Amino acid sequence: MARAVSTRTKTLNTVIAGTLGFLIFFPILWIIILAFKTEEDAIRAPLEVLFQSGWTTDNFSTVQARSDYFKHFSNSVIISLGSTLLGLVIAIPAAWSMAFVPAKRTKDVLMWMLSTKMMPPVGVLVPIYLIFRDTGLLDSRFGLTIVLMLINLPIIIWMLYTYFREIPGEILEAARMDGAGLKEEILYVLTPMAVPGIASTVLLNIILAWNEAFWTLNLTAAKAAPLTAFIASYSSPEGLFYAKLSAASIMAIAPILIMGWFSQKQLVRGLTFGAVK
Amino acid sequence: MATKASRASARLMISPAVILLFAWMIVPLALTLYFSVLRYNLLNPGPTPCFGWENYYWFLTDPSFMVAMLNTLLLVGGVLLITVIGGIVMALLLDRPMFGQGIIRIMVIAPFFVMPTVSALVWKNMFMNPVNGIFGRIATGLGFDPVDFFGTMPLASIIIIVAWQWLPFATLILLTALQSLDQEQLEAAEMDGASWLSRFRYIMLPHLARAITVVILIQTIFLLSVYAEILVTTNGGPGTASTTLTYLVRVSSLLQWDVGIGSAGGIIAVILANIVAIFLMRMIGKNLDA
Repeated sequence: MARAVSTRTKTLNTVIAGTLGFLIFFPILWIIILAFKTEEDAIRAPLEVLFQSGWTTDNFSTVQARSDYFKHFSNSVIISLGSTLLGLVIAIPAAWSMAFVPAKRTKDVLMWMLSTKMMPPVGVLVPIYLIFRDTGLLDSRFGLTIVLMLINLPIIIWMLYTYFREIPGEILEAARMDGAGLKEEILYVLTPMAVPGIASTVLLNIILAWNEAFWTLNLTAAKAAPLTAFIASYSSPEGLFYAKLSAASIMAIAPILIMGWFSQKQLVRGLTFGAVK
Repeated sequence: MATKASRASARLMISPAVILLFAWMIVPLALTLYFSVLRYNLLNPGPTPCFGWENYYWFLTDPSFMVAMLNTLLLVGGVLLITVIGGIVMALLLDRPMFGQGIIRIMVIAPFFVMPTVSALVWKNMFMNPVNGIFGRIATGLGFDPVDFFGTMPLASIIIIVAWQWLPFATLILLTALQSLDQEQLEAAEMDGASWLSRFRYIMLPHLARAITVVILIQTIFLLSVYAEILVTTNGGPGTASTTLTYLVRVSSLLQWDVGIGSAGGIIAVILANIVAIFLMRMIGKNLDA
């Protein structure tokens, strides 16, 4: 039973949590502000930046003109969407069969898939790099899409599996009794029920792929570089241009920040492999 | 009930995933293992690579290896300490009744969605820069000397940045766990006169134990591979002051092009990660039966 809470306690809680939340959020807020300032204003004292300077939107066009944001943006979109969709195509049948036709070894298979995720990327960096170099996949969007699909495949399968397991099997049996074949079963019965689970899986995986910064930095140069590498190119000496760095940063994180806020709940489930719900 | 036919088709449907993941895991790993016993440097066009165990010897006796191990330990341990304690505090706070909880939660979670290269650069320039950074400004304003974060304490600075990125993750998971706690139990304890501290110690903390373990294990897996944050801030330096195992392997293999030594380091990293992974897998496996 919930107890009545006095407005004073509630206000106090709000002030404490709000202050801490604000401090945690502050770096992001700060780059949002700096992105709309001129370079001269951006390096002034914080209070002057806030109260004694004008606003401008020039930084965004400068960033685009100087380092071709849209090329990197489209690389990010293609790689993260591509790896997620490709992963889905492979993961949906696998998760379906493990959830509805469990065999003796299903649990072992699931755990083994998870174990592939535990492998540190540096453990396979050298051979992957050499294979990519020799097959011309280095600095290609296709190669990166494949790698990101593979590193996220265990998470996609696991998430789908935990969602599929919650779908009552009786419904599928009823469909089978009515003469639905495997194809119809998946297409017309399972898929509509699984759409919410699939949607959150897609969301989480786009976020993970978008922010992946080991393979994207090591396997790309100029052509296929996504936004992670685009920002890394600002590390020096352009890093001293605060306003442009801020504008570039905002442009790189905004799409995912917005998606992320919608997927808070799924995040817990996906990242803990169902261990915390 | 599953029929024989459906079992066969189930096996067919799972096989692409299994084959792909198997290939992804075994082929590169076998190659790494193979390279790790070769004298193989891409910069030496000389004779074909030949067999030798000395890569492990060189990697393990390289003075930067011990430094990198220690740095890895400090980075993982430091970030875990900050995020777990900070996460418990934030989760307890966010679990209390308040106004605008949704907005506050969104603010707390936001850093998790910021890509590593962005957060590292923003902290490096806008906050930790001794001249124009906000910390430097505050220190100067209060009459202190500004701290040169990356010059004097590079590893600690990286720990702060990474902890900022992972605090939302810990908070979110611990908050989820906290919200599944039986409220009546807490109220009963309160009526029996238990103080907040003892309620926390004997009811909440045991309830959170499992979630805390999950946070620690999953973060460890990711933290062992921290890379971009080091690359764009310190490049492992000054010297090797902020070089971790992951970074050291990357430097030996893709900067010095010593495939042999880099691979030996990679194998060592795999062994270390597996020690953590075994514990994590056991926990998740237990949950699968439940």
